Amino acid sequence: MTEPILRTQDLTFRYTTAEGVAPTVLDCVNLTIEPGAFVAVLGHNGSGKSTFAKHLNAILLPSGGRVYVDGMDTTDEALLLDIRRTVGMVFQNPDNQIVASVVEEDVAFAPENLGVPSAEIRRRVDEALEAVGMTEYARHAPHLLSGGQKQRVAIAGVLAMRPRCIVLDEPTAMLDPVGRREVLDTICTLNQELGMTVVLITHHMDEAARAQRLVVMDNGRVVKDGPPAQVFQDVVGLRRLGLEVPDSVALMYELRQAGLDVPLDVLTPEDCARAVAQILPH
Amino acid sequence: MTPIIQTKQLTHIYSPGTPFEHAALKGIDLTVDPGEYLAIIGRTGSGKSTLIQHLNGLLRPTSGQVLFDGEDIWSSKERTRQVRFQVGLVFQYPEYQLFEETVYRDIAFGPTNMGLSPDEVDHRVRQAARFVGLEDHTLEQSPFDLSGGQKRRVAIAGVIAMEPKVLILDEPTAGLDPAGAAQILGNIRAYHREKHAAIILVSHSMSEVAREAQRLVVFREGTIPYSGTPQEVFSHGAELEGMGLGVPEMTQVFARLRAMGYSVPASVYTVEQARDAILLARKGVQG
Amino acid sequence: MNLKDITLGQFFPGNSFLHRLDPRMKLLGLICYLVALFLAQWFVTYGVMLLLLVWGCAVAHIRAKTLLGGMKPVIFLLIFTAVLNMFYTPGTPLVSFWIFTITYEGILHAFFMVVRIMMLICATFLLTYTTSPLSLTDGLESLLSPLNRVRVPVHELAMIMSIALRFIPTLIEETDKIMCAQRARGADFDSGGLIRKAKALIPLLVPLFISSFRRADELATAMECRCYHGGQGRTRMRELRLRPSDWLFLAAMIVVAVAIGVLGQSGL
Repeated sequence: MTEPILRTQDLTFRYTTAEGVAPTVLDCVNLTIEPGAFVAVLGHNGSGKSTFAKHLNAILLPSGGRVYVDGMDTTDEALLLDIRRTVGMVFQNPDNQIVASVVEEDVAFAPENLGVPSAEIRRRVDEALEAVGMTEYARHAPHLLSGGQKQRVAIAGVLAMRPRCIVLDEPTAMLDPVGRREVLDTICTLNQELGMTVVLITHHMDEAARAQRLVVMDNGRVVKDGPPAQVFQDVVGLRRLGLEVPDSVALMYELRQAGLDVPLDVLTPEDCARAVAQILPH
Repeated sequence: MTPIIQTKQLTHIYSPGTPFEHAALKGIDLTVDPGEYLAIIGRTGSGKSTLIQHLNGLLRPTSGQVLFDGEDIWSSKERTRQVRFQVGLVFQYPEYQLFEETVYRDIAFGPTNMGLSPDEVDHRVRQAARFVGLEDHTLEQSPFDLSGGQKRRVAIAGVIAMEPKVLILDEPTAGLDPAGAAQILGNIRAYHREKHAAIILVSHSMSEVAREAQRLVVFREGTIPYSGTPQEVFSHGAELEGMGLGVPEMTQVFARLRAMGYSVPASVYTVEQARDAILLARKGVQG
Repeated sequence: MNLKDITLGQFFPGNSFLHRLDPRMKLLGLICYLVALFLAQWFVTYGVMLLLLVWGCAVAHIRAKTLLGGMKPVIFLLIFTAVLNMFYTPGTPLVSFWIFTITYEGILHAFFMVVRIMMLICATFLLTYTTSPLSLTDGLESLLSPLNRVRVPVHELAMIMSIALRFIPTLIEETDKIMCAQRARGADFDSGGLIRKAKALIPLLVPLFISSFRRADELATAMECRCYHGGQGRTRMRELRLRPSDWLFLAAMIVVAVAIGVLGQSGL
């Protein structure tokens, strides 16, 4: 069997505050993510999902347990750069992660840090911009781009490290629907066409529905883990966690409550329309 | 009935006479009735932010007029200042405008600027805090110690405390999780109901505006191509999608059903409506 | 005042000879020009300096109007210099009233002084107009790199400069936004005396500081995620490489400085 790209083993994290109180943010998280997977991590604000993400490339180190990136222990300082070039990270606010005042200079930032020769950097920058569809904006100033475009530049900046895995912490939270679609389509392309492992932290159910695997977190623990169609079936359980299911699933649930025999595992409007058609008279 | 807000041929041009000249609003005629719940939808850059900044006199029209209660808001300097308190504007990510040492003092900033008596200010602060569900002990805390959702509610309370007759909110739920978003929308509904204030909700979320508002106004490149009840607006589903505005998931499902040849209504946009429409269609056959 | 009207480190993109020159050579060239400017003495030498400046503008397609427009903030300084020189240079008196005497030498001196300051500013503008902030920072970093040996953190300083340049538009936008938000709550930034105005700034400055700290924090994390670990072992996508034309330019500028020095000595 192949080595998992990400593996956490009893991962526990506590903040140490001035008063010495140490609330537990992550509580014995055990997760294994295989190369090429597309995993969405869902949870309400404060469920620990962002803290979890920051452990995946050694921005935070566990208070207890271990995190392995492609077999490397994240507490091993000698491996820090190798870990960070393996797992790239994209954050919520695109403005606060763009370093340079020209798009291509920004994309070049990571390979420059890694000491890649100039000709090779040029090649990587062009490739990365191509992959996110921003080639024509290479010489633009980032602050004049739309939110979705900025976020794609941020993704390109990570791709230029040639990571094997990319972790996105609520990348669409600050974007409008068009920007959200741009970014999400980009993420899906990376996963499907380049075989990149994707971990998407989100609280948008429709985004989570596009993943292959859904992990739900609450109070620093993993409470559900499975394919979206299966996880969404527990409508009541998710609502109790402060989460909503996609409207299509909610409709199926309502119809079931009304005594109709409909499947709960519909994820898209197409699936939903097909399921409804089954019970409608022509 | 005099509309609470009316714009007449409102036009705004940014950087006129320069190569960056850009018309953000092109002859907008918009009427808002007292106590109405209105939602404005449109892409980023469609002119909705420019519009709302005109409604309380933060921006001055290049041409055209903005009337509040039938009178031009630019008729005198004092008038403009008064309108600013009557038309409350909550910006996007309002939590970033908090600055006082305590939640109480931050909420009191607006009412104090209005020149109200300390007793009246105190009354308004406590009332506003209640509207957004802040507990008394929170009032003495520093706003910077609160969670993101709480901070946002403090910022909204800061505007509600001025008791505006029109409350405008730009993307009040952006970046919040479903529970946080539901809470804020509930706070807005409470203010609407109890104070009979007009609400203008600016949002990207189609299902949100469909659930909350009585009337929708769609913006595109500084014009209003559609406005009306949610049913009326969502019957333009394909055009809205072409404009880059997602339509609610239920509207999409029912559009697909109609394309498959089923006779179901076109104006469905919530889960409850969808359920009722399906149950009704089945009953029609059985009965 | 509209905050968006402020232009800092203005750069006019282009592809002229001056645009393409290596930023290091442009910086050194500017230094040569400034040295020459101080060695210039009389009409001939000043004339040569002016010709050089006109040539630079023509090559870079920058209109004299644009260049002189940048002079506005220093008009006061220019007048002050002119007046001071006019009255305090001893020589043949032309006009004399009360305790003031204007001399023939004074007028000439004032004229040359003003021209010198104006040319100095224009030459500097010519550099920033034709060099992107980024390559200017690169050039400075590379020129100052020998200082690394005496433990001056040259890379860090250059990084700070380029990040500051990157965030100026973002912070201006943010200031505008917070101002609007506080105005909507009845804040008044425009009226009242100095003390009231200063006090009115608190609702603007506190949120601005807090958000800048947040941005700095997030940016630092994002940079770490992209393997930033200081200047050690860092490479650049665009390596600065000197071409013969760059050397030629510098050589020409040195010749100019020396020639002006010699001519100036002989009182031309």
